Amino acid sequence: MRRSVGTCAVAGVCLAFVITLALAVLDVAETPAQVDLPGLLSESMGKSGVEHPVTAVLLNFRSYDTLLEIGVLVIAGIAGISVSRTTSLEDPELRTTDTLLYALQRWFVPLMLVLAGYLLWAGADRPGGAFQAGAVLAATGVMMRLGGIPMDFLRPGTLLRLGLALGFAVFLLIALASAIGGGAFLAYPPAVAKQLIVLIETVLTLSIAMVLLALFVSAPVNRAEEPGEGESP
Amino acid sequence: MTEWLLDGLLIFALLATAVATLWSRDLFRAVVIFIAFGLLMALAWVRLRAPDLALAEAAIGAGLTGVLLLDAARHLKSGRSE
Amino acid sequence: MSASLLYALAGVVLCGIGLFGFITLAHLLRKLLAFNLIGSGVFLALVGLAQRHGEPDPVPQALVLTGIVVAIAATALAVVLIRRYFHLSGLTTLKPEIREDRAE
Repeated sequence: MRRSVGTCAVAGVCLAFVITLALAVLDVAETPAQVDLPGLLSESMGKSGVEHPVTAVLLNFRSYDTLLEIGVLVIAGIAGISVSRTTSLEDPELRTTDTLLYALQRWFVPLMLVLAGYLLWAGADRPGGAFQAGAVLAATGVMMRLGGIPMDFLRPGTLLRLGLALGFAVFLLIALASAIGGGAFLAYPPAVAKQLIVLIETVLTLSIAMVLLALFVSAPVNRAEEPGEGESP
Repeated sequence: MTEWLLDGLLIFALLATAVATLWSRDLFRAVVIFIAFGLLMALAWVRLRAPDLALAEAAIGAGLTGVLLLDAARHLKSGRSE
Repeated sequence: MSASLLYALAGVVLCGIGLFGFITLAHLLRKLLAFNLIGSGVFLALVGLAQRHGEPDPVPQALVLTGIVVAIAATALAVVLIRRYFHLSGLTTLKPEIREDRAE
């Protein structure tokens, strides 16, 4: 009895929340925008270095957001890896005896790698970019993991740390370089804006893929014995 | 007229899959319906003229999140019981 | 009322459904699903409201793209934490606190 009264109360609160938010949305929809953001954007597109507006916003006009976002991803990756308890990254029970998955892997993994590269390159002037390419790359890694292929670069070590830190480090270096050079923080010199954006997107793709893959791989908890205090796993 | 019909059906499907995800009996079924929700969201992004978001939602929202949650659902079912 | 505004309102309703599920459901993985629903609702509301006159607006699309990637990182971290909690305690829900003043 008490439980259903509680549930009804929560339902009432959520309904009130939805109605208030809907009224707020309709109210905002009435008022005209104070700044014509799409107009401003299309005027400044020539100075950004790329032709696709979403990529220009992500990596040039609002690049600070992207810098913080990759920082958040690295922190999540570090936290996930440190909590997990994986005894082996070559879990024998994962190695598949399913011939269909084995055949699909041999076809799909190269195709997906090429697709990731295309998405990264196409982000300059059509929909695509670092995030989509990083996601496809992570999906390739997940498929390899599901088939039981041993992936040495995910073992805790130099390669993993390099992959995780590279995106954020390079992005931050470029941001600081322009600040040291006399301009504002994260202001690319317009002459080399395109090359800088390509470089940043490449390392961003690698880092995003590495973080997502590390978070996915570190999730399985084998039925391993817990090490005692002070022992290493 | 057909555009309103398409948008209305898509929104109805989005809300229906959202409710079905949260309140379906089986955990595995809930995650599978969540993957379907992700794909419907990708369609919604296409209708909202945002192809980057559609790509990202299809790859990340439906693909990676779905695999992650399926793996988790399987492990939470087996293993030590309460 | 344009179609994009309809999507924004659908996003608001999605937020409400997700919030209700987040509060009332007990299983941790279902709470995670509800959390993702709230996120998707917020993204729909953001883009739908900004594009209510029909032309695509790149700035909220870029913000939502960032949001989608951060959401999956948070979801993956939450899955790691939930599995660790399950591994250590065997429970898939949070234990209710034992209140001192209740005579059981």
